[in-house]
Amino acid sequence: MSEGTATVSKSVLEAGEGAPDRCTIDFQDQANVARRRVVQGIAFGLLWLAGIAAVLVLLFVAGYVIARGAGTVAADFPGFLLDPPLGGLSAEGGISTTIVTTFYVVFLTIGIAAPLGIFAAIYLVEYAEGVENSENKWVSRLVGVVRFGVETLAGVPSIIFGLFGYALFVTTLNEHTGGFSLISGSLACACLLLPVIIRASEEALKAVPRSYREGSLALGATQWQTVRQVVLPAALPGIITGIVLSVGRVVSETAVFYVTLGGTHNLPTSLRQGGRTMAMHLYTVATETTAYEKAMATGAVLIVTIVLINLIINLISRRLTAGLKGR
Amino acid sequence: MPRESFDKDLQHLEDDILTLGSMVETSIMEAVDALKRRDLERSRELIAFDRKINEKRFAIEAEALAVIAMQQPVAIDLRMLAAVLDIADELERIGDYAKGIAKINLRIGEGPLLKPLVDIPAMARKACSMLHRALEAFIDRDVDRARALPREDDEVDNLYNQVYRELMTYVIADPRTIEQANFLLWAAHNLERAADRVTNICERVLFTATGELIEMDVEDMGIEGMPG
Amino acid sequence: MEDVNHTKLETRGYDMFYGDFQALREVHIKIPANQITAIIGPSGCGKSTFLRTFNRMNDLISDVRVAGEVILDGCSIFEMDPVELRRHVGMVFQRPNPFPKSIFDNVAYGPRANGLRDRAQLGDIVKRSLRDAVLWDEVKDDLGRSGLALSGGQQQRLCIARALAVEPQVILMDEPASALDPIATLRIEELIQTLKEKYTIVIVTHNMQQAARASDYTAFFMMAEDRAGCLVEFGPTQQIFTRPQNKQTEDYITGRFG
Repeated sequence: MSEGTATVSKSVLEAGEGAPDRCTIDFQDQANVARRRVVQGIAFGLLWLAGIAAVLVLLFVAGYVIARGAGTVAADFPGFLLDPPLGGLSAEGGISTTIVTTFYVVFLTIGIAAPLGIFAAIYLVEYAEGVENSENKWVSRLVGVVRFGVETLAGVPSIIFGLFGYALFVTTLNEHTGGFSLISGSLACACLLLPVIIRASEEALKAVPRSYREGSLALGATQWQTVRQVVLPAALPGIITGIVLSVGRVVSETAVFYVTLGGTHNLPTSLRQGGRTMAMHLYTVATETTAYEKAMATGAVLIVTIVLINLIINLISRRLTAGLKGR
Repeated sequence: MPRESFDKDLQHLEDDILTLGSMVETSIMEAVDALKRRDLERSRELIAFDRKINEKRFAIEAEALAVIAMQQPVAIDLRMLAAVLDIADELERIGDYAKGIAKINLRIGEGPLLKPLVDIPAMARKACSMLHRALEAFIDRDVDRARALPREDDEVDNLYNQVYRELMTYVIADPRTIEQANFLLWAAHNLERAADRVTNICERVLFTATGELIEMDVEDMGIEGMPG
Repeated sequence: MEDVNHTKLETRGYDMFYGDFQALREVHIKIPANQITAIIGPSGCGKSTFLRTFNRMNDLISDVRVAGEVILDGCSIFEMDPVELRRHVGMVFQRPNPFPKSIFDNVAYGPRANGLRDRAQLGDIVKRSLRDAVLWDEVKDDLGRSGLALSGGQQQRLCIARALAVEPQVILMDEPASALDPIATLRIEELIQTLKEKYTIVIVTHNMQQAARASDYTAFFMMAEDRAGCLVEFGPTQQIFTRPQNKQTEDYITGRFG
């Protein structure tokens, strides 16, 4: 707006005359403000350093492995990736079966854990909430126990899940699972992941504003319709984050699979057959053979795989949530 | 205290109405007095004074409108402000009646009156007394007093009829007196109208207090404006 | 000139409790059909709680107990399925709460939840509802746009359209304009005036000028000493604001209340 186009009433103009020409405020607090600015600068500087340090550590670890391993992969490209491992003291062959087995395991585990975890979270948040305050003491007690269990399990070391899986799926349910097998490994790992997925989903569901639920119910929708059509879609980003974290966990999980998958370097052709994931292969090669370079190479491929899977999941998630936010 | 500044505004308006009321009362009494004493200079002053009465009335109106715009009054506050606007108007017209009497004094000019004034000053005293008490009733929201006052209008009407009959006898006796008799009758008529306006003010007081608008015409057979 | 409107909603001796605390006491009211009834009163007097009775949104809060009768068109609402009731009694909330979906999906949500699938029919309903909510012209070019991309006033009109889409008989509005700027507020008030032709509207407002401007009837609630809400006076808005019968009402609307 250019000067002189605003209509100012005469009384206001008259009131404005007699304003001082130069700044007349007495800034007495300048030393105090300056001191506080310095403190803030130091704090921000430290935060920056911490952030940079964290990123550097990650880059260093990943970078080191990829740098050491890339050479070996490149030297035998694409053979390293397409040939199956042949065993032996110098780890002949590639890692093809391990790559495939890793993918199998990821899909299976997530396929078991995600629906279970998400639905459990839905129950805890949407249905149990109302029930918690009600007179039905037994249900509210049950919910309390479940919550506590979930929180505790999240901190249990993975080898425990592995041993549990060994005891239950590999040994006791041998006839049904085939002992060391994909199904045993996936089930055991699913137990490991369940608390993580439940917790992430719970947080995501809780973060959905109550007003959405009220709005839906006020339109004559049932509670399930509300959950399915309004709450879940809105909570999807958070739930997917939980799943992404879980995928990373599965790919890198060694202890659990070591005692439930078996370790054969053959490709499993059914659920009841065992196999070897990349992480397991890496460990085996590094400890039982002399092909240290191959271990590094496997590690490099592992890291790249994780990055790829995360990228894909993020892409899918972005597609799904594109319609939800304002364009 | 909620609405303290609003209450101050209302208080201020009430004070202004009282001020305007007393200006008008003074005008009426002094106009009649000047007529009685044949003080033409005083009458001229009173005619000039009417301007101040008008200014005061417009000031009250402007202030009342500002309060309505800015305070969004409802219920009794709204009715009170509506009453303020109406009463200011009635007072200004009574002020005009006083000016009329002053003008009559000038029109009659130098020289004695037909007869010493007795009833006309009595009418003035009665009308002013009614006006004073009506405004008090407004301030106090005194419903009973507001209901009772209009009955006193009878006295004023009776005095007016008396003035009329007296002046008629003078005119019949000596037709040359018709001009002055006319003027004097007109002065009495103004006072009779002033008392009527007080009745209107009483209607407004009732409206403010109860929310009902009633015409308080006391039972009489007279036609507005005509004697008898 | 006073034609007696027939009663749409009625409560008789209605009490409401949160646990041991009584939120509403002995409310007797007859809300006329096809009129706009405003509910006013100081904070905490139970206005919103009372409003939420009519579509049983209070059921969502645990530990709620009610007594007395609440009647819609002669039927007791407590004997109905709440889901069924909410089709007949819609609600618009204080803060606009469009779903994170497209404008079309927002408005079609209600009919879809009730089982309507036919795309053409849904399209008609969406168009009609957006028209009634005076939003159609502003959004007709892109119904796929997210509801969240609209301005505050538009979002609230979208929520109104959404409520209209299920064709309720009663629309409850809980301070629908309090989160909006003055111009948007006036537009909502205008809209409500046009809606009363087809719907019965009950609106809670803490803005007295809005109640005076935009309603036909006004109900004034007050908090008793034990903080239970009571209905103090109910009558035509014009009468309440020029000649209230009850001293408490007058004190409240002239702002001289406590």
